[in-house]
Amino acid sequence: MRGAQRRAPWILLSPFLLLFLLTFLLPVVYAVGQSFTAVDRQGLFGEDGITSSFAGFDNYARALGDPAFVGSIGRVLLFGVVQVPVMIVLVTVLALLLESASSAWPSFFRAAYFLPYGIPGVIASILWSFLYLPGFSPIVAALGKIGLAPDFLGAGTVLWSIANIVTWAYAGYNMLIVIAQLKSIPGEVYEAARVDGAGPLRLAWSVQLPLIRPALVLATVFSIIGTLQLFAEPQVLRSVSPAIDASYTPNFAAFTSAFTYNDLGVAAAQAVLIAVAAFVLSFTFLRIVSRRDS
Amino acid sequence: MSSTSTQVDRETAGSSRLEVRSTHRRGATRPPAAKRILVTAVLVLVAAYFLVPVYWVVVAATKSTGDLFTTNGFWFANVQLLENVRSVFAYDGGIFVRWFANSLLYAGGGALVATYFAAAGGYALAVYDFRGKNTVFGLVLGGVLVPATATALPLFLMFSRLGLTDTYLSVLLPSFVSPFGFFLCRVYAGSVVPASLVESARLDGAGELRIFHTFGLRMMAPALVTVFLFQFVGIWNNYFLPLIMLADQDLYPITLGLVNWRAQVDRLPEFYELTTGGVLVSIVPLAILMIVLQRFWRGGLTEGSVKG
Repeated sequence: MRGAQRRAPWILLSPFLLLFLLTFLLPVVYAVGQSFTAVDRQGLFGEDGITSSFAGFDNYARALGDPAFVGSIGRVLLFGVVQVPVMIVLVTVLALLLESASSAWPSFFRAAYFLPYGIPGVIASILWSFLYLPGFSPIVAALGKIGLAPDFLGAGTVLWSIANIVTWAYAGYNMLIVIAQLKSIPGEVYEAARVDGAGPLRLAWSVQLPLIRPALVLATVFSIIGTLQLFAEPQVLRSVSPAIDASYTPNFAAFTSAFTYNDLGVAAAQAVLIAVAAFVLSFTFLRIVSRRDS
Repeated sequence: MSSTSTQVDRETAGSSRLEVRSTHRRGATRPPAAKRILVTAVLVLVAAYFLVPVYWVVVAATKSTGDLFTTNGFWFANVQLLENVRSVFAYDGGIFVRWFANSLLYAGGGALVATYFAAAGGYALAVYDFRGKNTVFGLVLGGVLVPATATALPLFLMFSRLGLTDTYLSVLLPSFVSPFGFFLCRVYAGSVVPASLVESARLDGAGELRIFHTFGLRMMAPALVTVFLFQFVGIWNNYFLPLIMLADQDLYPITLGLVNWRAQVDRLPEFYELTTGGVLVSIVPLAILMIVLQRFWRGGLTEGSVKG
């Protein structure tokens, strides 16, 4: 009987744990290993054999020595610095307005804002790629009628067109997280604020905002991680925008290294760098936020 | 029960707030009706932003390729929705239906197995005391923060050595794991499965696995619905993993298939018609699922954000 109780947790855990090791831990270890490995092909196509050897930081040096890759990192950082705060502010305002019971049809609005989350990011990109296309898009046509000639796909603007797709697709989902936290604020808190004579703005700023901070922090961290992984949007828009090249974002660059140039060492180094950057950025953000707490 | 009373509290609080306002600060504040109209107007504008692209695809899916270029994109002209949908389904021997079925298999099968495994793992951590428990929990928590695309590339290299790439399993195996679900199940099982019940079931002679399957799973049901939904939508929306793993069109999920169609519009204009029709058909089922099950999303998210 005791034996059964000792074995049971491991029996229950084993399917999850085995698959977790296979699909999360091993790939991480494998990528790190690969990033320190040089693969030499003898002969033009490697027909005379392939040898691998320890390469030290060569692959990292090559990845970081490539201006296109470094440029792509700068690009997503700029993207994140603008898009993430804009989306978080939008989400917060929408959630507060919906929960303040000062509009008609709140459940309709909630459903309407959440709807795009059910559309895969890549399908959303296909949709918007049509809506950005001059000569095809009714939006471009309508703006043209009032004298504007927007270029959604130019070198200076396409990054913000991508930002629009990302905001459109994920704002509603983040809004639901914030609303969930707003709903968990007990009624007594509102009561106390009312007794103190707080108006709706004061209530939002001094009572609701501090209480929904955990949800906002969570949404920000996941948005930072998502920004570093940008791939589908630029890949789809590439067919309509000459401003997008095959290393437009870090993830796109890693994909190209692996599948276009077949340079697995550099691809692995790039993947590791993306993961490390995601870790460092989320961690730094959490540190800053918690320091302000104390 | 408690939520209704909160709501009542808030409503009475709201109405007495109005009284205070009308007696003491009359004239200083906007009348509530005007405020209500203003807020609603703002929310309508925002709703237009979120809904216009969806509306456009509904309109676009009813048009021929020629009309897509020549008629007003925001209004119907020569509606031929049925023909378009029929050609989406008929193209290339019904490949679209196959992609749809593949997406259902990946998302449905993947999410079902992932939920069961996460439930078993989370239950084990919550109910039992054993060495290595905290290590396991910490390890999985770290996994939540690893970007999925960072593991996809090395996973492809590993799978290609095992000869697993370009198979259903290459997409399904990674879909069977949900670190987030594991985390949620651990938290939820900790709060709803009483130790006394497990103990008395043992005294009645039930085996450990039987206790999990008869009591554990049933008590964790609300959390399991949430885990299933998240995993289902996550897999359904995934693009990077199948893109890397699959070469055979017959194994494509719908996302990959539609990108494939989208890429051909410059050479073959009839793909404009097929792609817009395909996009519409592909978003209808999930849109319905999201709206019908909105309640579960909210409940599950609260669970995660409050206790996590």
